[in-house]
Amino acid sequence: MNQLKKYGLDPSKGLEFGIYTLGDHLPNPLTGERISAEERVHEIIEYAKLADQAGLDFFSVGESHQEYFITQAHSVVLSAIAQATKNIKIASSSTIISTSDPVRVYEDFATIDLISKGRAEIIAGRASRVGLFDLLGYDLRNYEELFEEKFELLMKINEAEVVNWSGEFRAPLRNAKVLPRPKNGFIPIWRAVGGTPASAIRAGMVGAPMFMAHLGGPASVFKRTVDAYREAARNSGFDPAELPVATAGFFYAAESSQQALKDMYPHINEGMKKTNGAGFPKQHFAQGVDPHNIMNIGSPQQIIEKILYQYEMFNHQRYIAQIDFGGMPFKNVMKNVEIIGSEILPAIRKYTKKSEA
Amino acid sequence: MKIVGLSGSKVGSKTRTAMDYTMKAITDNYPEVEITLLDLADYDIQFSDGRNYLEYEGDTGYVTKTLMEADAIIIGTPVFQASIPATLKNIFDLLPQNAFRDKVVSIVVTAGSSKHYLIAEQQLKPILAYMKAQIVQTYVFIEEKDFYRKEITDDDVLFRIERLVEDTIVLTETFTEIREKKEAKYDF
Repeated sequence: MNQLKKYGLDPSKGLEFGIYTLGDHLPNPLTGERISAEERVHEIIEYAKLADQAGLDFFSVGESHQEYFITQAHSVVLSAIAQATKNIKIASSSTIISTSDPVRVYEDFATIDLISKGRAEIIAGRASRVGLFDLLGYDLRNYEELFEEKFELLMKINEAEVVNWSGEFRAPLRNAKVLPRPKNGFIPIWRAVGGTPASAIRAGMVGAPMFMAHLGGPASVFKRTVDAYREAARNSGFDPAELPVATAGFFYAAESSQQALKDMYPHINEGMKKTNGAGFPKQHFAQGVDPHNIMNIGSPQQIIEKILYQYEMFNHQRYIAQIDFGGMPFKNVMKNVEIIGSEILPAIRKYTKKSEA
Repeated sequence: MKIVGLSGSKVGSKTRTAMDYTMKAITDNYPEVEITLLDLADYDIQFSDGRNYLEYEGDTGYVTKTLMEADAIIIGTPVFQASIPATLKNIFDLLPQNAFRDKVVSIVVTAGSSKHYLIAEQQLKPILAYMKAQIVQTYVFIEEKDFYRKEITDDDVLFRIERLVEDTIVLTETFTEIREKKEAKYDF
Protein backbone atom coordinates (compact mmCIF):
# COMPACT_ATOMS: atom_id res chain seq x y z
CA MET A 1 0.00 0.00 0.00
CA ASN A 2 2.94 2.28 0.67
CA GLN A 3 3.58 2.48 -3.04
CA LEU A 4 0.58 4.76 -3.29
CA LYS A 5 2.69 7.32 -1.45
CA LYS A 6 4.49 7.88 -4.73
CA TYR A 7 1.24 9.54 -5.79
CA GLY A 8 0.93 11.46 -2.53
CA LEU A 9 -1.83 9.21 -1.24
CA ASP A 10 -2.07 7.82 2.25
CA PRO A 11 -4.81 5.16 2.56
CA SER A 12 -4.52 5.25 6.35
CA LYS A 13 -6.21 8.65 6.18
CA GLY A 14 -9.17 7.28 4.24
CA LEU A 15 -10.76 8.11 0.91
CA GLU A 16 -9.67 11.49 -0.43
CA PHE A 17 -12.41 13.97 -1.30
CA GLY A 18 -11.97 16.52 -4.04
CA ILE A 19 -13.78 18.91 -6.31
CA TYR A 20 -13.46 19.52 -10.01
CA THR A 21 -14.78 22.19 -12.28
CA LEU A 22 -14.85 21.98 -16.05
CA GLY A 23 -14.38 25.72 -16.07
CA ASP A 24 -17.68 26.27 -17.86
CA HIS A 25 -19.11 29.74 -18.27
CA LEU A 26 -22.82 29.25 -18.82
CA PRO A 27 -25.86 31.39 -18.09
CA ASN A 28 -27.97 30.54 -15.08
CA PRO A 29 -31.06 29.02 -16.78
CA LEU A 30 -33.35 30.30 -14.02
CA THR A 31 -32.47 33.94 -14.63
CA GLY A 32 -31.08 33.74 -18.17
CA GLU A 33 -28.12 35.80 -16.98
CA ARG A 34 -24.45 35.03 -17.28
CA ILE A 35 -21.82 36.56 -15.03
CA SER A 36 -18.82 38.21 -16.73
CA ALA A 37 -15.72 36.24 -17.68
CA GLU A 38 -13.78 38.16 -15.03
CA GLU A 39 -16.32 37.23 -12.35
CA ARG A 40 -16.34 33.59 -13.37
CA VAL A 41 -12.54 33.25 -13.22
CA HIS A 42 -12.51 34.79 -9.75
CA GLU A 43 -15.39 32.57 -8.71
CA ILE A 44 -13.31 29.51 -9.61
CA ILE A 45 -10.30 30.78 -7.62
CA GLU A 46 -12.61 31.55 -4.70
CA TYR A 47 -14.14 28.08 -5.01
CA ALA A 48 -10.68 26.52 -4.61
CA LYS A 49 -9.97 28.70 -1.57
CA LEU A 50 -13.20 27.65 0.09
CA ALA A 51 -12.51 23.98 -0.64
CA ASP A 52 -9.05 24.42 0.88
CA GLN A 53 -10.45 26.10 3.98
CA ALA A 54 -13.08 23.38 4.37
CA GLY A 55 -10.29 20.79 4.53
CA LEU A 56 -10.94 19.07 1.18
CA ASP A 57 -8.06 17.14 -0.34
CA PHE A 58 -8.14 18.10 -3.99
CA PHE A 59 -9.30 20.73 -6.48
CA SER A 60 -8.98 20.60 -10.25
CA VAL A 61 -9.81 22.73 -13.28
CA GLY A 62 -10.56 21.53 -16.82
CA GLU A 63 -9.32 22.59 -20.24
CA SER A 64 -12.04 23.09 -22.83
CA HIS A 65 -11.70 25.26 -25.90
CA GLN A 66 -15.27 25.57 -27.07
CA GLU A 67 -17.89 28.21 -26.47
CA TYR A 68 -19.31 28.56 -22.94
CA PHE A 69 -15.99 27.74 -21.26
CA ILE A 70 -13.53 30.05 -19.55
CA THR A 71 -10.46 28.04 -18.45
CA GLN A 72 -8.85 27.34 -21.80
CA ALA A 73 -5.60 28.50 -20.16
CA HIS A 74 -6.29 26.22 -17.21
CA SER A 75 -2.68 26.11 -16.03
CA VAL A 76 -2.71 29.90 -15.65
CA VAL A 77 -5.85 29.68 -13.52
CA LEU A 78 -4.23 26.88 -11.52
CA SER A 79 -1.18 29.01 -10.79
CA ALA A 80 -3.47 31.67 -9.30
CA ILE A 81 -5.11 28.92 -7.25
CA ALA A 82 -1.69 27.68 -6.18
CA GLN A 83 -0.95 31.10 -4.74
CA ALA A 84 -4.39 31.49 -3.13
CA THR A 85 -4.49 28.13 -1.33
CA LYS A 86 -2.40 26.42 1.35
CA ASN A 87 -2.95 22.70 1.75
CA ILE A 88 -5.24 21.42 -1.00
CA LYS A 89 -3.79 19.44 -3.91
CA ILE A 90 -4.39 21.12 -7.25
CA ALA A 91 -4.65 19.61 -10.69
CA SER A 92 -5.98 19.83 -14.19
CA SER A 93 -9.09 17.84 -15.15
CA SER A 94 -8.08 17.37 -17.68
CA THR A 95 -5.11 18.75 -19.61
CA ILE A 96 -5.62 17.87 -23.26
CA ILE A 97 -2.19 16.45 -23.81
CA SER A 98 -2.95 15.43 -27.43
CA THR A 99 -2.92 19.04 -28.62
CA SER A 100 -0.21 20.34 -26.30
CA ASP A 101 3.56 20.00 -26.12
CA PRO A 102 4.35 17.70 -23.18
CA VAL A 103 7.55 19.67 -22.48
CA ARG A 104 5.62 22.91 -22.03
CA VAL A 105 2.91 21.16 -20.01
CA TYR A 106 5.55 19.73 -17.70
CA GLU A 107 7.29 23.09 -17.33
CA ASP A 108 3.98 24.71 -16.42
CA PHE A 109 2.92 22.10 -13.89
CA ALA A 110 6.36 21.77 -12.32
CA THR A 111 6.21 25.54 -11.81
CA ILE A 112 2.72 25.30 -10.34
CA ASP A 113 4.12 22.60 -8.09
CA LEU A 114 6.85 24.95 -6.88
CA ILE A 115 4.43 27.84 -6.37
CA SER A 116 2.10 25.54 -4.40
CA LYS A 117 5.02 23.93 -2.53
CA GLY A 118 4.49 20.43 -3.85
CA ARG A 119 0.72 20.22 -4.37
CA ALA A 120 0.41 19.94 -8.17
CA GLU A 121 -0.90 16.99 -10.18
CA ILE A 122 -1.78 16.48 -13.84
CA ILE A 123 -4.74 14.62 -15.25
CA ALA A 124 -4.12 14.08 -18.93
CA GLY A 125 -7.03 13.56 -21.30
CA ARG A 126 -7.76 13.26 -24.99
CA ALA A 127 -10.73 15.68 -25.23
CA SER A 128 -14.34 14.65 -25.51
CA ARG A 129 -14.89 17.48 -27.99
CA VAL A 130 -12.66 17.83 -31.00
CA GLY A 131 -12.97 21.46 -32.11
CA LEU A 132 -9.61 22.18 -30.49
CA PHE A 133 -7.81 20.07 -33.09
CA ASP A 134 -8.66 22.68 -35.73
CA LEU A 135 -8.04 25.57 -33.35
CA LEU A 136 -4.59 24.38 -32.31
CA GLY A 137 -3.54 22.98 -35.67
CA TYR A 138 -3.73 19.21 -35.23
CA ASP A 139 -5.21 16.56 -37.47
CA LEU A 140 -8.17 14.79 -35.93
CA ARG A 141 -7.18 11.64 -37.80
CA ASN A 142 -4.29 11.31 -35.33
CA TYR A 143 -6.63 11.53 -32.32
CA GLU A 144 -5.51 8.26 -30.76
CA GLU A 145 -1.83 8.40 -31.67
CA LEU A 146 -1.37 12.03 -30.59
CA PHE A 147 -2.66 11.15 -27.15
CA GLU A 148 -0.66 7.97 -26.70
CA GLU A 149 2.61 9.42 -27.95
CA LYS A 150 2.36 12.63 -25.95
CA PHE A 151 1.17 10.90 -22.81
CA GLU A 152 4.14 8.56 -23.03
CA LEU A 153 6.53 11.50 -23.39
CA LEU A 154 4.94 13.31 -20.46
CA MET A 155 5.43 10.23 -18.25
CA LYS A 156 9.02 9.97 -19.43
CA ILE A 157 9.80 13.58 -18.56
CA ASN A 158 8.34 12.94 -15.13
CA GLU A 159 10.53 9.92 -14.53
CA ALA A 160 13.85 11.45 -15.58
CA GLU A 161 15.30 14.95 -15.72
CA VAL A 162 17.27 14.22 -18.87
CA VAL A 163 15.21 12.88 -21.73
CA ASN A 164 16.12 11.16 -24.97
CA TRP A 165 13.09 10.67 -27.08
CA SER A 166 11.83 10.70 -30.63
CA GLY A 167 8.35 10.36 -32.02
CA GLU A 168 6.06 11.28 -34.85
CA PHE A 169 4.39 14.45 -33.64
CA ARG A 170 7.15 16.43 -32.00
CA ALA A 171 10.80 17.22 -32.67
CA PRO A 172 13.13 14.68 -31.02
CA LEU A 173 14.70 15.38 -27.64
CA ARG A 174 18.42 14.68 -27.28
CA ASN A 175 19.78 14.79 -23.74
CA ALA A 176 17.14 17.39 -23.12
CA LYS A 177 16.83 18.74 -19.61
CA VAL A 178 13.25 19.58 -18.81
CA LEU A 179 13.21 22.19 -16.04
CA PRO A 180 12.18 23.17 -13.47
CA ARG A 181 11.78 19.95 -11.57
CA PRO A 182 8.85 19.65 -9.18
CA LYS A 183 9.42 19.89 -5.44
CA ASN A 184 9.51 16.15 -4.82
CA GLY A 185 11.06 15.33 -8.17
CA PHE A 186 7.78 13.78 -9.39
CA ILE A 187 4.26 14.93 -10.21
CA PRO A 188 1.37 12.47 -9.97
CA ILE A 189 0.13 12.10 -13.56
CA TRP A 190 -3.29 10.53 -14.04
CA ARG A 191 -5.01 9.35 -17.15
CA ALA A 192 -8.53 10.62 -17.75
CA VAL A 193 -10.94 7.85 -18.69
CA GLY A 194 -14.59 8.05 -19.74
CA GLY A 195 -16.92 5.44 -18.32
CA THR A 196 -16.14 2.67 -20.80
CA PRO A 197 -13.80 -0.26 -20.15
CA ALA A 198 -11.99 0.33 -23.48
CA SER A 199 -10.16 3.48 -22.40
CA ALA A 200 -9.66 2.12 -18.87
CA ILE A 201 -7.86 -0.89 -20.30
CA ARG A 202 -5.42 1.38 -22.14
CA ALA A 203 -4.73 3.27 -18.89
CA GLY A 204 -4.08 -0.03 -17.13
CA MET A 205 -1.77 -1.22 -19.89
CA VAL A 206 0.57 1.76 -19.46
CA GLY A 207 0.40 1.58 -15.66
CA ALA A 208 -0.98 5.08 -15.16
CA PRO A 209 -3.32 6.07 -12.33
CA MET A 210 -6.91 6.28 -13.54
CA PHE A 211 -9.22 9.28 -13.21
CA MET A 212 -12.65 7.95 -14.19
CA ALA A 213 -15.29 10.56 -14.97
CA HIS A 214 -18.91 9.51 -15.23
CA LEU A 215 -22.38 10.96 -15.73
CA GLY A 216 -25.03 8.69 -14.25
CA GLY A 217 -26.01 5.05 -14.08
CA PRO A 218 -25.59 2.20 -11.65
CA ALA A 219 -22.28 2.09 -9.77
CA SER A 220 -22.04 -1.59 -10.67
CA VAL A 221 -21.56 -0.73 -14.35
CA PHE A 222 -18.53 1.39 -13.49
CA LYS A 223 -17.18 -1.42 -11.32
CA ARG A 224 -16.62 -3.31 -14.57
CA THR A 225 -14.52 -0.42 -15.81
CA VAL A 226 -12.45 -0.37 -12.63
CA ASP A 227 -12.01 -4.15 -12.79
CA ALA A 228 -10.99 -3.97 -16.45
CA TYR A 229 -8.40 -1.31 -15.57
CA ARG A 230 -6.85 -3.37 -12.78
CA GLU A 231 -6.92 -6.54 -14.85
CA ALA A 232 -5.16 -4.79 -17.76
CA ALA A 233 -2.54 -3.37 -15.38
CA ARG A 234 -1.88 -6.82 -13.93
CA ASN A 235 -1.56 -8.35 -17.38
CA SER A 236 0.99 -5.70 -18.31
CA GLY A 237 3.14 -6.44 -15.29
CA PHE A 238 1.95 -3.69 -12.94
CA ASP A 239 0.64 -4.24 -9.45
CA PRO A 240 -2.92 -2.82 -9.34
CA ALA A 241 -2.47 -2.20 -5.60
CA GLU A 242 0.12 0.42 -6.52
CA LEU A 243 -2.13 2.21 -8.98
CA PRO A 244 -4.62 4.70 -7.59
CA VAL A 245 -8.14 5.12 -8.94
CA ALA A 246 -10.23 8.30 -8.69
CA THR A 247 -13.89 8.64 -9.62
CA ALA A 248 -15.51 11.92 -10.59
CA GLY A 249 -19.10 12.97 -11.22
CA PHE A 250 -22.14 15.05 -10.35
CA PHE A 251 -22.61 15.97 -6.71
CA TYR A 252 -25.24 18.02 -4.94
CA ALA A 253 -26.29 18.02 -1.32
CA ALA A 254 -29.43 19.70 0.05
CA GLU A 255 -31.78 19.12 2.97
CA SER A 256 -33.64 16.46 1.00
CA SER A 257 -33.01 14.48 -2.17
CA GLN A 258 -36.02 16.17 -3.77
CA GLN A 259 -34.56 19.60 -3.05
CA ALA A 260 -31.17 18.49 -4.40
CA LEU A 261 -32.79 17.35 -7.67
CA LYS A 262 -34.68 20.62 -7.89
CA ASP A 263 -31.59 22.75 -7.29
CA MET A 264 -29.36 20.91 -9.71
CA TYR A 265 -31.45 19.62 -12.61
CA PRO A 266 -32.07 22.84 -14.58
CA HIS A 267 -28.35 23.64 -14.56
CA ILE A 268 -27.30 20.22 -15.77
CA ASN A 269 -30.05 19.94 -18.37
CA GLU A 270 -29.72 23.42 -19.87
CA GLY A 271 -25.93 23.41 -19.55
CA MET A 272 -25.64 20.14 -21.43
CA LYS A 273 -28.04 21.38 -24.10
CA LYS A 274 -25.76 24.34 -24.71
CA THR A 275 -22.44 22.50 -24.56
CA ASN A 276 -23.36 19.08 -25.98
CA GLY A 277 -26.52 19.75 -27.96
CA ALA A 278 -28.71 17.39 -25.94
CA GLY A 279 -30.15 17.73 -22.45
CA PHE A 280 -30.14 15.25 -19.58
CA PRO A 281 -33.41 13.25 -19.53
CA LYS A 282 -35.40 13.92 -16.36
CA GLN A 283 -36.19 10.25 -15.97
CA HIS A 284 -32.47 9.40 -15.82
CA PHE A 285 -31.74 12.29 -13.49
CA ALA A 286 -34.53 11.21 -11.11
CA GLN A 287 -32.79 7.84 -10.80
CA GLY A 288 -29.68 9.70 -9.65
CA VAL A 289 -30.86 9.71 -6.03
CA ASP A 290 -31.07 5.90 -5.91
CA PRO A 291 -28.55 4.53 -3.40
CA HIS A 292 -26.98 2.41 -6.15
CA ASN A 293 -26.70 5.23 -8.69
CA ILE A 294 -23.23 6.70 -9.06
CA MET A 295 -24.47 10.31 -9.04
CA ASN A 296 -24.01 11.68 -5.54
CA ILE A 297 -27.18 13.69 -5.24
CA GLY A 298 -29.30 13.79 -2.09
CA SER A 299 -29.24 14.73 1.58
CA PRO A 300 -25.83 14.73 3.29
CA GLN A 301 -26.62 11.42 4.99
CA GLN A 302 -27.77 9.80 1.72
CA ILE A 303 -24.61 11.01 0.01
CA ILE A 304 -22.40 9.62 2.78
CA GLU A 305 -24.07 6.25 2.32
CA LYS A 306 -23.68 6.42 -1.46
CA ILE A 307 -19.99 7.29 -1.29
CA LEU A 308 -19.33 4.50 1.20
CA TYR A 309 -21.22 2.07 -1.02
CA GLN A 310 -19.09 3.17 -3.98
CA TYR A 311 -15.94 2.93 -1.88
CA GLU A 312 -16.75 -0.63 -0.90
CA MET A 313 -17.37 -1.47 -4.54
CA PHE A 314 -14.43 0.32 -6.20
CA ASN A 315 -11.90 0.41 -3.37
CA HIS A 316 -10.72 3.67 -4.91
CA GLN A 317 -8.48 6.32 -3.38
CA ARG A 318 -10.22 9.54 -4.29
CA TYR A 319 -13.69 10.81 -5.07
CA ILE A 320 -14.05 14.10 -6.95
CA ALA A 321 -17.32 16.04 -6.97
CA GLN A 322 -18.62 18.25 -9.78
CA ILE A 323 -21.05 20.82 -8.40
CA ASP A 324 -20.74 24.09 -10.26
CA PHE A 325 -21.83 23.22 -13.81
CA GLY A 326 -24.41 25.13 -15.84
CA GLY A 327 -24.44 28.57 -14.21
CA MET A 328 -25.04 27.21 -10.71
CA PRO A 329 -25.38 30.20 -8.36
CA PHE A 330 -22.19 30.55 -6.34
CA LYS A 331 -24.09 30.68 -3.06
CA ASN A 332 -25.30 27.12 -3.71
CA VAL A 333 -21.75 26.06 -4.52
CA MET A 334 -20.49 27.64 -1.28
CA LYS A 335 -23.24 25.94 0.69
CA ASN A 336 -22.24 22.57 -0.74
CA VAL A 337 -18.58 23.08 0.13
CA GLU A 338 -19.66 23.91 3.66
CA ILE A 339 -21.81 20.76 3.90
CA ILE A 340 -18.95 18.64 2.57
CA GLY A 341 -16.50 20.10 5.07
CA SER A 342 -18.73 19.96 8.11
CA GLU A 343 -20.81 16.81 7.57
CA ILE A 344 -19.75 14.60 4.68
CA LEU A 345 -15.97 14.68 4.87
CA PRO A 346 -15.68 13.80 8.60
CA ALA A 347 -18.00 10.81 8.12
CA ILE A 348 -16.23 9.58 4.97
CA ARG A 349 -12.83 9.84 6.64
CA LYS A 350 -14.05 8.11 9.77
CA TYR A 351 -15.41 5.10 7.88
CA THR A 352 -12.72 4.73 5.24
CA LYS A 353 -9.62 5.19 7.40
CA LYS A 354 -7.44 2.13 7.25
CA SER A 355 -5.56 1.18 10.35
CA GLU A 356 -1.87 0.53 9.72
CA ALA A 357 -1.25 -3.13 9.17
CA MET B 1 -44.83 21.73 -33.27
CA LYS B 2 -41.86 21.53 -35.62
CA ILE B 3 -41.84 18.80 -38.25
CA VAL B 4 -38.80 18.29 -40.45
CA GLY B 5 -39.04 16.30 -43.67
CA LEU B 6 -35.78 14.62 -44.64
CA SER B 7 -35.45 13.50 -48.24
CA GLY B 8 -32.55 11.11 -47.89
CA SER B 9 -31.02 10.78 -51.36
CA LYS B 10 -29.12 12.77 -53.96
CA VAL B 11 -30.31 10.52 -56.78
CA GLY B 12 -33.56 10.71 -58.76
CA SER B 13 -36.78 12.56 -58.01
CA LYS B 14 -39.29 10.05 -56.65
CA THR B 15 -38.45 10.38 -52.97
CA ARG B 16 -38.48 14.16 -53.28
CA THR B 17 -41.84 14.00 -55.07
CA ALA B 18 -43.27 11.82 -52.31
CA MET B 19 -41.89 14.22 -49.70
CA ASP B 20 -43.44 17.21 -51.48
CA TYR B 21 -46.83 15.49 -51.29
CA THR B 22 -46.20 14.69 -47.63
CA MET B 23 -45.25 18.24 -46.71
CA LYS B 24 -48.26 19.55 -48.61
CA ALA B 25 -50.50 17.18 -46.67
CA ILE B 26 -49.20 18.82 -43.51
CA THR B 27 -49.69 22.43 -44.64
CA ASP B 28 -53.17 21.69 -46.06
CA ASN B 29 -54.48 20.02 -42.93
CA TYR B 30 -52.33 21.39 -40.12
CA PRO B 31 -51.41 24.98 -40.98
CA GLU B 32 -50.28 25.60 -37.38
CA VAL B 33 -47.42 23.10 -37.76
CA GLU B 34 -44.04 24.61 -38.58
CA ILE B 35 -42.43 22.61 -41.40
CA THR B 36 -38.98 22.41 -42.97
CA LEU B 37 -38.02 20.14 -45.85
CA LEU B 38 -34.38 19.08 -46.04
CA ASP B 39 -33.62 17.48 -49.41
CA LEU B 40 -30.10 16.10 -49.24
CA ALA B 41 -29.76 16.75 -52.98
CA ASP B 42 -29.74 20.46 -52.13
CA TYR B 43 -26.93 20.27 -49.58
CA ASP B 44 -23.25 19.55 -49.53
CA ILE B 45 -22.89 17.32 -46.49
CA GLN B 46 -19.55 16.05 -45.25
CA PHE B 47 -18.98 12.56 -43.93
CA SER B 48 -19.15 12.12 -40.19
CA ASP B 49 -15.70 12.45 -38.59
CA GLY B 50 -16.86 11.83 -35.05
CA ARG B 51 -17.19 15.40 -33.81
CA ASN B 52 -20.19 16.71 -31.88
CA TYR B 53 -22.89 17.90 -34.28
CA LEU B 54 -22.64 21.43 -32.87
CA GLU B 55 -19.12 21.63 -34.28
CA TYR B 56 -20.05 21.12 -37.93
CA GLU B 57 -20.34 24.20 -40.06
CA GLY B 58 -22.10 25.09 -43.31
CA ASP B 59 -24.68 22.68 -44.75
CA THR B 60 -23.68 19.85 -42.41
CA GLY B 61 -24.19 22.06 -39.36
CA TYR B 62 -27.49 23.41 -40.71
CA VAL B 63 -28.97 20.01 -41.48
CA THR B 64 -27.93 18.37 -38.20
CA LYS B 65 -29.08 21.30 -36.05
CA THR B 66 -32.41 21.53 -37.88
CA LEU B 67 -33.03 17.83 -37.27
CA MET B 68 -32.06 18.09 -33.60
CA GLU B 69 -34.53 20.94 -33.09
CA ALA B 70 -37.47 19.02 -34.59
CA ASP B 71 -40.34 17.53 -32.59
CA ALA B 72 -41.04 15.06 -35.36
CA ILE B 73 -39.11 13.93 -38.43
CA ILE B 74 -40.54 12.33 -41.55
CA ILE B 75 -37.83 10.44 -43.36
CA GLY B 76 -38.17 9.84 -47.08
CA THR B 77 -35.84 7.18 -48.43
CA PRO B 78 -35.34 5.30 -51.67
CA VAL B 79 -33.98 1.76 -51.66
CA PHE B 80 -30.50 1.37 -53.14
CA GLN B 81 -28.77 -2.00 -53.40
CA ALA B 82 -31.38 -3.45 -51.07
CA SER B 83 -30.69 -0.88 -48.35
CA ILE B 84 -31.02 2.77 -47.37
CA PRO B 85 -28.78 5.19 -49.29
CA ALA B 86 -25.39 6.08 -47.86
CA THR B 87 -26.39 9.76 -47.79
CA LEU B 88 -29.12 8.94 -45.27
CA LYS B 89 -26.95 6.67 -43.16
CA ASN B 90 -24.38 9.47 -43.00
CA ILE B 91 -26.99 11.77 -41.45
CA PHE B 92 -27.54 9.22 -38.68
CA ASP B 93 -23.77 8.94 -38.20
CA LEU B 94 -23.48 12.72 -37.87
CA LEU B 95 -26.02 12.84 -35.04
CA PRO B 96 -25.48 11.88 -31.38
CA GLN B 97 -26.36 8.40 -30.14
CA ASN B 98 -29.68 9.39 -28.56
CA ALA B 99 -30.54 12.03 -31.15
CA PHE B 100 -34.18 10.98 -31.57
CA ARG B 101 -35.06 10.85 -27.88
CA ASP B 102 -38.43 12.57 -27.40
CA LYS B 103 -38.97 12.75 -31.16
CA VAL B 104 -41.50 10.95 -33.32
CA VAL B 105 -40.06 9.59 -36.56
CA SER B 106 -42.09 8.29 -39.48
CA ILE B 107 -41.06 6.85 -42.83
CA VAL B 108 -41.91 7.17 -46.52
CA VAL B 109 -40.17 4.65 -48.78
CA THR B 110 -39.86 4.69 -52.55
CA ALA B 111 -38.62 1.60 -54.33
CA GLY B 112 -38.28 0.10 -57.78
CA SER B 113 -39.72 -3.21 -56.71
CA SER B 114 -42.21 -4.57 -54.19
CA LYS B 115 -39.53 -7.05 -53.16
CA HIS B 116 -37.97 -4.18 -51.18
CA TYR B 117 -40.96 -3.78 -48.90
CA LEU B 118 -39.22 -5.06 -45.75
CA ILE B 119 -36.03 -2.98 -46.17
CA ALA B 120 -37.39 -0.16 -44.00
CA GLU B 121 -38.68 -2.65 -41.45
CA GLN B 122 -35.45 -4.55 -41.16
CA GLN B 123 -32.81 -1.92 -41.80
CA LEU B 124 -34.18 1.55 -41.06
CA LYS B 125 -36.35 0.90 -38.01
CA PRO B 126 -33.56 -0.73 -35.97
CA ILE B 127 -31.39 2.39 -36.47
CA LEU B 128 -34.25 4.69 -35.44
CA ALA B 129 -35.02 2.53 -32.40
CA TYR B 130 -31.34 2.56 -31.40
CA MET B 131 -31.36 6.34 -31.60
CA LYS B 132 -34.40 6.35 -29.25
CA ALA B 133 -37.07 7.47 -31.75
CA GLN B 134 -40.77 6.93 -31.14
CA ILE B 135 -41.43 5.26 -34.47
CA VAL B 136 -44.70 5.50 -36.35
CA GLN B 137 -44.96 1.80 -37.05
CA THR B 138 -46.85 1.91 -40.33
CA TYR B 139 -44.89 3.43 -43.16
CA VAL B 140 -45.85 4.44 -46.66
CA PHE B 141 -44.27 2.25 -49.32
CA ILE B 142 -44.46 3.64 -52.85
CA GLU B 143 -43.43 1.77 -55.95
CA GLU B 144 -42.08 3.15 -59.20
CA LYS B 145 -45.35 2.32 -60.96
CA ASP B 146 -47.22 4.74 -58.67
CA PHE B 147 -45.39 7.73 -60.18
CA TYR B 148 -45.82 9.46 -63.50
CA ARG B 149 -43.62 12.47 -64.34
CA LYS B 150 -43.09 13.73 -60.76
CA GLU B 151 -46.67 13.05 -59.81
CA ILE B 152 -48.20 10.33 -57.72
CA THR B 153 -50.95 8.70 -59.71
CA ASP B 154 -52.31 6.18 -57.23
CA ASP B 155 -55.00 7.62 -54.93
CA ASP B 156 -54.32 4.91 -52.41
CA VAL B 157 -50.80 6.25 -51.95
CA LEU B 158 -52.20 9.74 -51.34
CA PHE B 159 -54.59 8.38 -48.73
CA ARG B 160 -51.74 6.54 -47.04
CA ILE B 161 -49.63 9.72 -46.98
CA GLU B 162 -52.51 11.58 -45.36
CA ARG B 163 -52.82 8.89 -42.71
CA LEU B 164 -49.05 8.91 -42.09
CA VAL B 165 -49.14 12.68 -41.55
CA GLU B 166 -52.08 12.36 -39.18
CA ASP B 167 -50.42 9.53 -37.23
CA THR B 168 -47.16 11.49 -36.97
CA ILE B 169 -48.92 14.55 -35.60
CA VAL B 170 -51.25 12.67 -33.25
CA LEU B 171 -48.38 10.64 -31.83
CA THR B 172 -46.19 13.73 -31.40
CA GLU B 173 -48.99 15.48 -29.51
CA THR B 174 -49.65 12.39 -27.43
CA PHE B 175 -46.05 11.71 -26.50
CA THR B 176 -45.51 15.38 -25.67
CA GLU B 177 -48.54 15.36 -23.40
CA ILE B 178 -47.50 12.14 -21.68
CA ARG B 179 -43.96 13.43 -21.20
CA GLU B 180 -45.12 16.76 -19.79
CA LYS B 181 -47.43 15.00 -17.33
CA LYS B 182 -44.73 12.57 -16.32
CA GLU B 183 -42.11 15.32 -15.91
CA ALA B 184 -44.47 17.45 -13.83
CA LYS B 185 -44.84 14.51 -11.44
CA TYR B 186 -41.10 14.48 -10.75
CA ASP B 187 -41.51 17.95 -9.25
CA PHE B 188 -37.97 19.14 -9.90
